Amino acid sequence: MTRFILIALSLLFLGLMVILPVIAIFHRAFADGFDAYRAAILDPETLAAIRLTVIATLLVLPLNVIFGVAAAWAIARFRFVGRRVLLILIEIPFAVSPIVAGLCFLLIYGAYGPVGALLEPYGVQLMFNLTGIVLVSAFVTCPFVMREVLPVLMVTGEDEELAAVTLGANGWQIFRHVVLPNISWGLAYGVVLTMARAMGEFGAVSVVAGAIRGQTMTLPLQIELMYNDYNATGAFAAATVLTALALVTLVLRGVLNRFGPKKEAHA
Amino acid sequence: MTAIPRSTPRVLPGLSLGLGISILFVTLIVLLPISGLLWQLAQLTPADYFRVMSSERVLTALRVTLTAAAAATLINGVFGLMLAWVLTRYRFAGRGLIDALVDLPFALPTAVAGIALVSLYDRSGWLGSVLDKFGLQVAYTWWGIMIAMIFTSIPFAVRAIQPAIEELDPDEEAAALTLGANGVQRFLRVVLRPLMPSILTGVGLSFVRSMGEFGAVIFIAGNLPYKTEIASLLILIRLDEFDYPAAAAIAGTLLLLSVILLVAINLAQTRMQRYLRAEG
Repeated sequence: MTRFILIALSLLFLGLMVILPVIAIFHRAFADGFDAYRAAILDPETLAAIRLTVIATLLVLPLNVIFGVAAAWAIARFRFVGRRVLLILIEIPFAVSPIVAGLCFLLIYGAYGPVGALLEPYGVQLMFNLTGIVLVSAFVTCPFVMREVLPVLMVTGEDEELAAVTLGANGWQIFRHVVLPNISWGLAYGVVLTMARAMGEFGAVSVVAGAIRGQTMTLPLQIELMYNDYNATGAFAAATVLTALALVTLVLRGVLNRFGPKKEAHA
Repeated sequence: MTAIPRSTPRVLPGLSLGLGISILFVTLIVLLPISGLLWQLAQLTPADYFRVMSSERVLTALRVTLTAAAAATLINGVFGLMLAWVLTRYRFAGRGLIDALVDLPFALPTAVAGIALVSLYDRSGWLGSVLDKFGLQVAYTWWGIMIAMIFTSIPFAVRAIQPAIEELDPDEEAAALTLGANGVQRFLRVVLRPLMPSILTGVGLSFVRSMGEFGAVIFIAGNLPYKTEIASLLILIRLDEFDYPAAAAIAGTLLLLSVILLVAINLAQTRMQRYLRAEG
């Protein structure tokens, strides 16, 4: 009996709080019919926002993958002064809320910030453009790849890599043929998480993007703009794109969990 | 951590490259921006800081943010424990799907969550129209802020508690039953006690997330100064007015609160685990 009540309550809570809002997005997007939906998606400003979001994400991804793998490798395989400090620094973005994160970037890289002011005479502007969007997105997604790769490296240990060294493999060969195959599942999941977060980040990006129509509007910012312009169909149509992405992320997560190797330990 | 022998001669390559990349990235992306905020804060005199923070509008925004976050956290603590329990202990049709959907708020962009929630709770929305009949209004009130916070932070509560339930030994519950403990006693002493450290973590993470949440909240909040304005939005407003010191003062306060909370959770968790272990 307890079992039945608890399951029913859980389903009710999740249904009302999580599932219903998602259904509402699609309902509102198609409220004016499929043609209105298609027109909203094909709106030039929406398409420009989608393009900018994809470009920014594609720029953040390699940065984060290189950093995440490099940091995980250094932390998992070596002991050095400041190893714990590095781990804490990588986790800091989890503790910083989006608006505060955006503000931090503005205060250092903006025209009035120490670094921004230093670069300004050379005509280099870091905020209110694509660079700014990429930088804050790198901040909010900073721990994702490292966090997935590190436990895998911890669990696999270094025996195979040492064997490769003995056999005369160079650094790249060890990475390519020994490390990469071992970490591929963790890395893949880290990439999925990074992509989802980078595409959907709103608060931090809204601080540093400058919101120039058709130029620095990422898709989440475009959604806000259209919503505030009473263009509900446009806003919800754009939202369906991001919702679909979120659902794909969940499916990929499920696939990776089911078919990937089991993570035995978390570092 | 046992994988690393204490004093391996450095046979493996890549320390300098890995460390070099890490330090460069962390410096540019994490360390410098955080010090940007600290640098701005350092330029404030204590008197300036207190003038900013003691203004009625800032105090109201902080109160609205913290009370809504606390209420959302309380609800997430209860339902997070329940969801985690149901997902770990019971097998039923659709369990896998439900388990996956718990992460949806984490995967869904916050702005999307925001417009979805407001369209539900608005007077013309599915839930809002029902509530309206009872004279209740959620959208554009404190309650809306709380609902948005519940939405974005429920995965944190569930995912923090779930692994701890997996580690519970059902035999102990059975033993308590044989010894004549009633349902409440069994729940409090055999289930809830060993789960406390992870519940604390889940609840703490949920609170920190709620406190800083922006995208999901601003659409449903109404954003009326002195009424339904959250602290994050006020930072943004000060920023648009180029009042960087005020923005930094509020942001620094929020950041300090999060850091203190996270450190406190960490310490409390270690202590509780030691205590529980010592008791056996």
